[in-house]
Amino acid sequence: MGTDTFFSTSSASAHMISENSRLLYLQLLRIRTFEDRVGELFLQGGSAGTMLHLSIGEEAPAVGVAEAMEPKDSFTTHHRGHGIFLARGADPKRMLAEIAGKEAGYCRGKGGSMHIADRKLGHLGANAIVGGGIPHVVGAGLSYQLLKVPAVSVAFFGDGAMQQGNLYESMNLAALWKLPVLFVCINNQYGMGTRLDQASASLEFVKRAESFGLVGKEVSGLDVEEVKKEAMEILALAREGKPAFMKIDCYRFHGHARKDKSPYRDQNEEEEGRKKDPLKYQADRLLEQGVSVSEMDSWHKKVADEMDEALNFALETQEPVLNSMFEDVYAPNLTHPESVGSRIDRALYSDILLGDSR
Amino acid sequence: MKEMTYRDALRLGLQESMQSDPTIVILGEEVGRYGGAYGVTKGLLHEFGEDWVRDTPISEEILVGAAVGAAMTGLRPVAELMYVDFITLAMDQLVNQAAKIRYMFGGQISVPMMLRSQGGTGRSAAAQHSQSLEAWVMHTPGLHLAMPADATDAYVLIKHALTLADPVIFLEHKGLYAQSFPFNPESAPPWGRAKISRSGNDCSIICYSRMVQRSLEAAAQLAELGVRVEVVDLRTLHPLDMETVTKSVRKTGRVLVVTEDCLTAGVSAELSARITEENFEYLEEPVLRMAGEDIPIPVAPALEAASVPTNESIKQSILKLMRKK
Ligand SMILES: Cc1ncc(C[n+]2csc(CCOP(=O)(O)OP(=O)(O)O)c2C)c(N)n1
Ligand SMILES: [Mg+2]
Repeated sequence: MGTDTFFSTSSASAHMISENSRLLYLQLLRIRTFEDRVGELFLQGGSAGTMLHLSIGEEAPAVGVAEAMEPKDSFTTHHRGHGIFLARGADPKRMLAEIAGKEAGYCRGKGGSMHIADRKLGHLGANAIVGGGIPHVVGAGLSYQLLKVPAVSVAFFGDGAMQQGNLYESMNLAALWKLPVLFVCINNQYGMGTRLDQASASLEFVKRAESFGLVGKEVSGLDVEEVKKEAMEILALAREGKPAFMKIDCYRFHGHARKDKSPYRDQNEEEEGRKKDPLKYQADRLLEQGVSVSEMDSWHKKVADEMDEALNFALETQEPVLNSMFEDVYAPNLTHPESVGSRIDRALYSDILLGDSR
Repeated sequence: MKEMTYRDALRLGLQESMQSDPTIVILGEEVGRYGGAYGVTKGLLHEFGEDWVRDTPISEEILVGAAVGAAMTGLRPVAELMYVDFITLAMDQLVNQAAKIRYMFGGQISVPMMLRSQGGTGRSAAAQHSQSLEAWVMHTPGLHLAMPADATDAYVLIKHALTLADPVIFLEHKGLYAQSFPFNPESAPPWGRAKISRSGNDCSIICYSRMVQRSLEAAAQLAELGVRVEVVDLRTLHPLDMETVTKSVRKTGRVLVVTEDCLTAGVSAELSARITEENFEYLEEPVLRMAGEDIPIPVAPALEAASVPTNESIKQSILKLMRKK
């Protein structure tokens, strides 16, 4: 993560400008730029597949909560989780390499965009099953409670998962066992082409959570500072064993995945939605605080350089060797699965098993 | 020799494992205060306390899903599904999550959890409480699968399974819990190896779980008729010990696979295919399969009993196989 070095040379106006505001802006910008490079990777034919779900427009929920978390905290994400992972400290090079399906990626090119994880950063995994990662934070919360680890586990998921049954099994157990768990719904208004009100008769999600005995909060995802402030309060409660739920409203700026042009959405609605831009909102705040346009340009350039470097790395680093596909199915000390081809050869030509000659 | 019931052997294995590994936590419906629907966990709540023997609500998906998350973060959960039939409600957490996490994440994260459950017929529990669903588990790369046939294996397999770094599905048989067996852990083969439960030169029965007992009884009756049957108990379906199976098959040249799960695309299909591929030139007859009929399990005792292989039907199949000699 490059945030420290970016600010090492402080400008003349530094004392006027909140360090927090700048850091948050920079994180928003890094995510926006990263997602742009994911698109670029795809256009250059370098991405593994087209199942790339960009979080443009949803940067503030990611950054606001991530910045409120502690280093020991863990989390799971949905399939639209690039921004959350970056905000938790991911290396954009290894992320893009993973999205490209390369050996140097976080998961050796086996998981990709939708299954990225990193044990060291507490990322227990992005999940491509809507709601699939939610129960895992309940288990992690149980670990922290029983092993007396002062940490919280956070599940990030979309509004689509609000209609998934396992969320409610998870909420009930977290509340019943008083686990250090936070559920975060990033409500971008859509699940693929289905608008939220076409999927749920009641939109009172906070009430749902409260009825399970959770602490609930609803926040706008426009202002990252507001999200962070609210997340800090609610995380403090979760840390004390009062599990909580946060609904953060935003708008999915683009299609569901790379190829979707959202023909099911009204043009005006899209234009209005994109006006709620968390990046621009924070930029305006900084300009008001006295950051100069040229200073901001220099940050943009630095971030662009960082992400260009990541893109080049992803494009150039090597593909996994074919045999690696049999690794990591079981623990490393155990035998790998036998290939189909090897079984055929064994059946036809040899008697490797008992070593006798026929 | 010392005797023990299957149920007590399981409990002893769990208890000793918990005594030596303080990260083991039992989760499940009725595992604590009730003592387990089949009594396996009885007394463990008293010894280890409510933190470590946890009754859960009737929510199979979170029960398994929480075990997955706990296993990723430092605990070794043992989740109990009261009946294997309920695995359908936890299938995403088992198949898409537990089994794939190590792989999807490039080997970074292990899921050292156990999912214990029981299946099989014998109690007129009908179609939703009597199935044998091991083929679904075996069909999912990333899972270990143990199916003990007696008390000794119940004990040694559960103890070993609780040292593995991968998810293990541990399937018991409801018809075995109350039965007593000779208990001799020192005699057991290592994890992943099949066992020759009875040796013979005329034909081989390949089986596991309760079908071992039925095959042994059939074999004893067949011995009186002069047919010497070898019975191979697989013990674990993953790992699958084809080496021991192959040795037996090449010795006898005649094979009957006996499983309780239903025939079509069942475990018997996989075993038959492998045995044939690997031993084609050694086989005197086609590999035969006896398995559960391709029907839901009926409640009427006579229908239920006839829906899976019995001592008598196994014996008759072997006689047919031998008559062709
Ligand atoms: C269990 C499951 N059902 C359906 C899908 C297909 N699918 C992928 S993303 C998606 C929409 C999810 O919407 P939401 O949870 O709001 O997340 P968003 O894409 O808006 O970030 C659907 C239906 C899936 N991946 N998993
Ligand atoms: Mg959505």
